[in-house]
This record gives sequence, structure tokens and C-alpha cells, in this order.
Amino acid sequence: MNEFFKAVINAEFGYSVLRVTTPILFATLGALISDKAGVMNIALEGIMLVSALAGVVFSAWTGSAGMGLLAAIAAGALVGLALAYCALNLKTDIILSGVAINLMASGGTVFLLYLVAGDKGISSSLHSKILPKLDIPGLSAIPGLGTIFSGQNVLTYVAFLSVIAIAIFLYRTPMGLRIRAVGENPNAADSVGISVKRTRYLAIVLSGVLAGMGGAYMSMGYVSWFSKNMTAGRGFIALAAEAMGGATPLGSVLTSLLFGFFDALSNTLQLLKIPSEFVNMIPYAATVVGLVTYTIRKTSRERALLARGVSAEAAKGKGA
Amino acid sequence: MPAELLRMEGITKVYPNGIVANKNAGFSVIKGEIHGLVGENGAGKSTLMKILFGLIQPEEGRILLEDKEIRIPSPSAAIAHGIGMVHQHFMLVPSLTVAENLVMGIEPRKGILLDRAKANREADELSRKYNLVVDPKMVVRDLSVGMKQKIEILKALFRGARILILDEPTAVLTPQETEELFGELKLLRDQGNTIIFISHKLGEIKELCDRVTVMRNGCHQGTFAVADVTEQQISRLMVGRDVILEVQKGAPAPEGTVLDVRDLTILNRFGKRAINGISFSVRRGEILGVAGVEGNGQRELVEAITGLGTWLAGKIRIGGRDIQGQSIKEIRELGVCHIPEDRMTYGCASALSVEMNLLSCEHDSKAYNGAIFTRTRAIRANSARLVSEYGIKCSSPAQEVGMLSGGNIQKVVVAREFSSEPSLIVADQPTRGIDVGATEFIRKRLVELRDAGAAVLLVSADLNEVMELSDSLIVFYGGEIRAYIPDVHGITDEELGLYMLGLKRQGDEETRRACHE
Repeated sequence: MNEFFKAVINAEFGYSVLRVTTPILFATLGALISDKAGVMNIALEGIMLVSALAGVVFSAWTGSAGMGLLAAIAAGALVGLALAYCALNLKTDIILSGVAINLMASGGTVFLLYLVAGDKGISSSLHSKILPKLDIPGLSAIPGLGTIFSGQNVLTYVAFLSVIAIAIFLYRTPMGLRIRAVGENPNAADSVGISVKRTRYLAIVLSGVLAGMGGAYMSMGYVSWFSKNMTAGRGFIALAAEAMGGATPLGSVLTSLLFGFFDALSNTLQLLKIPSEFVNMIPYAATVVGLVTYTIRKTSRERALLARGVSAEAAKGKGA
Repeated sequence: MPAELLRMEGITKVYPNGIVANKNAGFSVIKGEIHGLVGENGAGKSTLMKILFGLIQPEEGRILLEDKEIRIPSPSAAIAHGIGMVHQHFMLVPSLTVAENLVMGIEPRKGILLDRAKANREADELSRKYNLVVDPKMVVRDLSVGMKQKIEILKALFRGARILILDEPTAVLTPQETEELFGELKLLRDQGNTIIFISHKLGEIKELCDRVTVMRNGCHQGTFAVADVTEQQISRLMVGRDVILEVQKGAPAPEGTVLDVRDLTILNRFGKRAINGISFSVRRGEILGVAGVEGNGQRELVEAITGLGTWLAGKIRIGGRDIQGQSIKEIRELGVCHIPEDRMTYGCASALSVEMNLLSCEHDSKAYNGAIFTRTRAIRANSARLVSEYGIKCSSPAQEVGMLSGGNIQKVVVAREFSSEPSLIVADQPTRGIDVGATEFIRKRLVELRDAGAAVLLVSADLNEVMELSDSLIVFYGGEIRAYIPDVHGITDEELGLYMLGLKRQGDEETRRACHE
């Protein structure tokens, strides 16, 4: 037990929480923006996977991590566009289309990996690049805090800054207003000449871009290679995180950090002598526990509200 | 006579399912008038206005604005021509503020950001100019129905509408709110705007409009100066015969409680009290009306009684049995039948046949089921009997219910529910949006069943219906019973309106009489 606390309560652990939260946060923001437009983007998982591969392949071909990142983002946007086309133009069920994209991504990336790298498991034969880590001057000198916050991958900073950017976008810009209107009452938006289809296209593509950055981070920051199904359900965890976060930017960060914490925990516990099968289960078990707790809390809050109402009335009754 | 502002000529619209909504229909308005458009449900008035607002395209016909032919392929095009529409179902986004709803789509900008201050200022100026007072910063969700309607009108004006179409705007309002709306509309007219007012309430047409156009069966029946025609004349043109909308019914003879509700409290999904400690009872042989503006707990009450929803505290007894924890099936077996408010979701399975829908309450009855297969012949006989008894117009009992008109769908629902010899009928908006013929029929049946000894709980947002059909009334406001009226003849519309708006309430002693102890 002592070992456990030693492993968790230190600055390195804080650093690793932020490190593993990054891809979840990107995907959660992707889920948030499409949810606000009234569509559930279940394809986040597949998009991340495709982008992770695109990043590795293009950075190896061009020799530039930046080009890899751009390719990953473009891939994310393209898959988002494909999903939007199926759902909005061809009127397929968006959940089924999303499932199809996920399955295709899971098999398709292995196929492409074999074509370009000659391996069905890992891209180690490609000389792909990784995105740089940033040392923040001043901050890195502070003990503890510096260890946690400085020296993270550039995309980790981008992820947390994206939260602010997306909050401003959704709540302070005309486009954000339209996205929220379309998500809440598409008929109302339609009646004032806002194109529901175009707005949803934009939201799904943006969602793809965010998931794409999450994918790029997986293969060009978190690790320096692409491996088969490396996203390991993060796209789905993101959907849970977004729902638990109450579909708000702030809530999304907090729940992403919570899932990041459990993810980091499972990484740390692998170093202690706990069976890896058990440890690997932790982030997913945390998702289930998290969702259940969220629901229980919501119901009990409703009850508490009521109980307060009842006692207030009782007090009033006595007074009179 | 002043020149015509807008003219629609030779409009024909056939829907994909073959229903002819408009046949060579014409319509015109002159600048600065309030023009009533009346007709039964299905007469084609809504279709005509949807064409004018660009929501649907006619097969034939043309539209002239100030003598120039225009095309209206979309609502945006209609708005660009200065035509605005206030829909029956509000086109508002509940979580946004009044100002945000107003500027949606044409937002003022400051750089890349939305200029909220300017939006609020513009909303404020506009609402002052037209004397439609709203607070721009309020969130729409928290506003009353009347306020929401003002925002809808402002929304159209903000987009430069000179011709305003209002689709049955008073259907959801209390008498006081209606009065206020009429004042505002007259002011708008005096400022030079033109208003098209769709309604089937002739009293309102007489009070508000300058001219009126009558439609029947998709055709134009004539346009008159309101001062020159009587309500009877209009009504005859609308239906082609003199209808007696008043329900013929004798005095009630109530005896023995069927439904008994005590200290009932229900939470809505936001954890707020939708129903707050109400008590009342309904006896055999009486129709108890529930009056009130929609959203004051009526839906939650109906859901609790019929087993669709749960409640927090209190008791509901039907025929002496506590229904706490009982399934919908068990509640139905106590003799409860339910005409749901939303007939397409809860009332029928629209993709199934008339026959299957008529059977659906007794799908597991021995009469229709053999050991393995269903008894097709018995099912056929049952549906044939109900179709003829209730006058359901369908091509055959095998026709999909969804293909029928609203009135006939409702007849299918009613036939199924009433044929089970109910002891308690929960009728939630039983005649909403259906034609006069079906309305008359359903109301008559309700009275017959009352006379046969059923207890009827009638929930309706249509004040006329509640007043005409009920024997006694309870008035809901904010989840409470604000008044119990033992005899509907003893109250005026105005007084009822005061209770509905929460401006007036009876004491506990008086409302407690609804329990019949």
C-alpha cells in the first residue's frame, strides 16, 4: 500500500496524468462540439486511429513532424466529412455509420500499415517524427509545479488551450450560437434561414479535427510509433466523459482529467507487481463507475431538492 | 378600395400521399389590414400559408407582391420579401436568451465575436417600438407562453416583415393573454403592417379582423368585410351546413367515487414539482374537466394515473384500489382507458394497420389468440365492427394508420379505448387538431359513456371544449388546484382566465370540495 501512495503522490504522477489526459481531452472536445449541434459522433475512436496512422506515415515521408500533424488533422477532417456526408446527405443512421467507420478504421489502418511499413502490428520500420516538448521558461524552475506543467508535449498545451477556444467559440461567436440553436431546436434554426445541414457539417468536421489532433498526439507524442488499435477505446471514453461533464467545456476538462487520472494510475500500477490484465481494466471500469455515480448523484440531488422543499413548507406551515 | 398588397392565384397543392390540400385557391390582402383566414381543419388554410412562407411548393399557381410576380422557394426568400410567420409550435431555442433568439441567423458582430450588447440593445429598441415588452436578457425557457409568442412576433419584425402570418395564435393563450395580443396586433396594423390571422374561432375573427376569407375543402369560399357578415354566415360557409357545436347533454347524476387522488406530488424530470400535493376525485357518471394553461402539471397527472409515470408522494386509487407500483396493464384491467395527448406516439402504431391498432389493447385476449396462431377471423370481425360503428374512413382495415387523416386516426384510438367498457376514461386533448365532424362525434361518445356510468377526466387546453363538455371543473396553475367549480354554468371565461393565470385562487376549503367527502 505504501508503495502505491509513493507511486501516486508525487509530481511525476501529476505530469503523467496530464500526459495521458491529452488524447482523451481532444476527443472529449470533439464529442462536445458535435453534441452541441445535435449529432452524436460515435466515430471519434476510428478518426483518432486513422489520424494516428496518417501522422506517422506523413511525418516519415516528409521528415517533418509538422507535416505529420497537418496530415493527421486533414485525415480527421476528411473522415468527419465522410461521416457527415453519409448522415446528412445520404440520410444513413449516424450511429451505424459511426460504427462502420470505427470498424473500417480498425481493420483499414492495419492494412495500410502493412502496405507502407510491411508490418501488421507496429510502424517501427518507418522513421516517423515526434512533436516537440515545450519547456516553459520560469515555470520549469518551480519545483513540483514545474515538473507537472513544464516539458509537456506541445499538443498537451494545445489541448488545454482548445478548451478555452471552444468555450469562446460556442458561447461568444455567431457560429457557436447557430450550432447550439441547431442542436437544441433545428426547426427554429431552419425557420430563420440557418442551414441545419451546413451547421452540422461544420460541427462534425471540427469534431474530426479535434479527434485528429488526439490521434496525432497518440502516435507522435505519447509514443513515437503507430500500433494496431492503439487508441484502445479512448474515443468511447470521451463520449462518456462528455456526457458526465454535462456537455460543457469546463465539465469536459474535469471528467477528462478524471479518466486521465485512472489511465495514469493503470500505467503506474503496472510497475508494481499487480497483474497487468487487472490494471488494464482500470480506465474502463472507471468509466462504468463514473457513469453510474453520475446518474446516482443526479437522482439524489433531485431528491434532496425536493426534501428541502418539503421541510421549507413544513416550517412555513408551523409558522402560520 | 386600397390596392392589393399581396395576391395568390390558382394555387393547387397535392401532397405525395394524394391528398389535395388546395384546389385552384385564391387569396389576397390589402395593405394595413388584419385579414382573417378561417376554415375547418383540413380546409387547406395552413397549406396555403405554408406556400406563402416558402415551406412547401405548390403544383400550380402564382404569387404577386405589389403586382409583381414573385417566387418563394424557401422561408429565407419569404423573409426577404417581407413575409414573416408565427408558427403554432414556437420556433424558439429554450436555452438561449430572448435577444439571442431574436438575432439568430443575422447576428451583430464585433470582430469575430457576437456583439451581445448590441443584440440586447436592438431587442430592447424593437420591443419598445412595437410595444411588445420583453426583457432581452431573460432565458426563453423561463418565459410564459404569451411571452414566447411576443418573441416570435418580434423575430419576424426584426427580419423586416411587413406581412405577418399568425397560425392559430390564440390556441395556447388564456383569455387575458388573447386580449393583450389583440391590442398589440391592432397597434401593429395601425403602424402600417399587414396581418394574416388564421383561426377557427369565429368570435375572435369578429373582434379582431377587418376582412375574412373562408376556405373549405381546399377552395376559396369568399372574402368579406367582417362587419357585413354574421358568425352564422361564416360558419355555414366553412362547413357547408349549420353545425351545432354545442354538446347536447343532460344533467349529470354522479354517484360513487371511481378515481380518488390524495395529496399527490409529482416531480418532473428537472426535479421540480410538477404537481404539488393535489387532491380530487371523479365519480361515476360525471365529466371532470381539468382547465389550465398547458405545462401546469396536467401531463404529469395523466401520466401518473395511467401508469406511464411515477410520483413521489400521495395516493391514487381507482375503484378503491391503490395503483402504486401497478403496471399499465394492471391499471387498464381496473377499467381505465386513456386517450393520450400525443396520438402518434402513444395512441397508435402508425406503421401498423387499422386492424392491428384496434386490437392492440387486447392483443393477449383468448378471443383473438389460439394455441399458436392468432384468430384472424375474430380480429377481422372486431375491426370491421368498430370501423363501421365509429365511421372510420379508411380504404380497408388493412390500411396503415399513419396514412389516415388526423380525425380518423383519433377515431381509431377512441374506438379501441371506448370499446373496452371503461369505468374511468382519461381523455387528454381528445379533439386537438381534428375536424369538426370527428370532434362532434367524439364529444358525443364521451357524454354517452358518462351517461352509461363511466367517470371521465377530461384534460383540454381548448377552453371551449372544457366549458362545454365538463360537468365540473378543476383549474390547474403551477401544479396546484387553484379552483374547483362544481357547476361550469356558474363561471365566466374571464373568471376562469384569472384562475388559469394564477391571479386568483380559491381557499383550501373550497378546492377541497373536489374530493367529494
